[in-house]
Amino acid sequence: MGTEVIIIDYGRGNVASVAQAFERVGARASLASTPHKVMTADFLVLPGVGAFADGMAALKERGLDEALKEYSLTGRPFLGICLGMQVLFDKSEEFGNTPGLGLLPGRVAAIPREGEGRTRKVPHIGWSGINPADRRDWAGTILDGIVPGESVYFVHSYMALPDIDSCRVAESDYEGCLVTAAIQEGALAGCQFHPEKSGQTGLKIIQNFLGM
Amino acid sequence: MPTVRIIARLDIKGPRVVKGIRFEGLRVVGDPNELAINYYGQGADEIICIDTVASLYGRNSLKEIVGRAVREVFIPITVGGGIRSVDDARELLRIGADKIAVNTAAVNRPELITELAMAFGSQCVVVSIQAKRRSHGWEAYTDYGREHTGLDALEWAKRAEELGAGEILLSSVDMDGTGQGYDIELTRSVAEKAGIPVIASGGMGTPRHCLEAIRSKADAVAVASSIHHGKNGVNDIRAFLMNAGVSVRQWGQRSLS
Repeated sequence: MGTEVIIIDYGRGNVASVAQAFERVGARASLASTPHKVMTADFLVLPGVGAFADGMAALKERGLDEALKEYSLTGRPFLGICLGMQVLFDKSEEFGNTPGLGLLPGRVAAIPREGEGRTRKVPHIGWSGINPADRRDWAGTILDGIVPGESVYFVHSYMALPDIDSCRVAESDYEGCLVTAAIQEGALAGCQFHPEKSGQTGLKIIQNFLGM
Repeated sequence: MPTVRIIARLDIKGPRVVKGIRFEGLRVVGDPNELAINYYGQGADEIICIDTVASLYGRNSLKEIVGRAVREVFIPITVGGGIRSVDDARELLRIGADKIAVNTAAVNRPELITELAMAFGSQCVVVSIQAKRRSHGWEAYTDYGREHTGLDALEWAKRAEELGAGEILLSSVDMDGTGQGYDIELTRSVAEKAGIPVIASGGMGTPRHCLEAIRSKADAVAVASSIHHGKNGVNDIRAFLMNAGVSVRQWGQRSLS
């Protein structure tokens, strides 16, 4: 039957695609939109597409913000994807300042359109290679077995700026802007990119998460 | 240079993939699901499904196609044709589409672009422009190249970006299905001014055509006839571009499916 994964459905994520990817690697995926069900999870995934403030409001409306904080204290595996990773941080500068879940210290800011002598297109849409941040060893992380430089699929206009370097597992160079691509602090992990849309590379990352 | 995407484009009519020349004389190519899985396995970076008749008849056969494709295809899927409202888009996104392409409905009511961007984020909103060459510039067409709008394609692209589009799917009606190469001038004219990614579409016959489009600032190239008819595999295009020094997706030694 495989491992059971709970995917949070708060109306802001591509839950169908995420569920299909987990099922492809042999897990059973079910959707949850109540705090009670979140707390029953062995593996929890927070997907997310769209704006930070809107996403946080949707979580709060359902009482999921407190449930996610409580779940994270259990030490059970928790994966945030894209916006789902960004809301793990303290706050976002998208449309003013919006508080996040505050599970990790740091903020979320816009990808600068200008910088390092270059002009960038925003949103950053497409496949970019990921590399170890601060020479971090990927063994034992969600990126175990991924070859540095392998490409994954990004779609985002904002990026996480963690206060502590130790949680940064991977980064990606978008036209000279170093984007935090993956984070991990114990059982709490996150991908700025979409593993469910990153072909076999992404499926391997999902499998790694299930092995945590 | 950021990584350039190679996108397999599936034009859909009813339950089948079709392809014509200059958006006319559509012939059946095959089953959408089989083709999507095949191109995924060849290393396509994305799939775009455009319903060729949805605007015309006000119906949509895409839901079932998308619902099946997401079980097997783990790359982004863009869906277009007949999407008129935020609710239409929400339905397709819920099933598993990643991005929504709009043309006819956006020309009729440009606010739709903003509504979609507000509801789902700009990254989700692709404005599809079907451009036909005129004595001066290009005119945007709707309804799969059938209806003219009087809109200048370049100005419309700029306006779409201002309204909140996250990407432009730029199809040349003149070059579509000809295998004679992309409309380079059109591609460059739009892509140089755009602050959002531009996908060149229509005319790809050889991998060199893709390289020309990329050198004309396209952020992605859509391919259809050429791969449908087996003239080129997505993997051949990728290898050609890589040898030409273009940055493309890397998957190491990992198998593709």
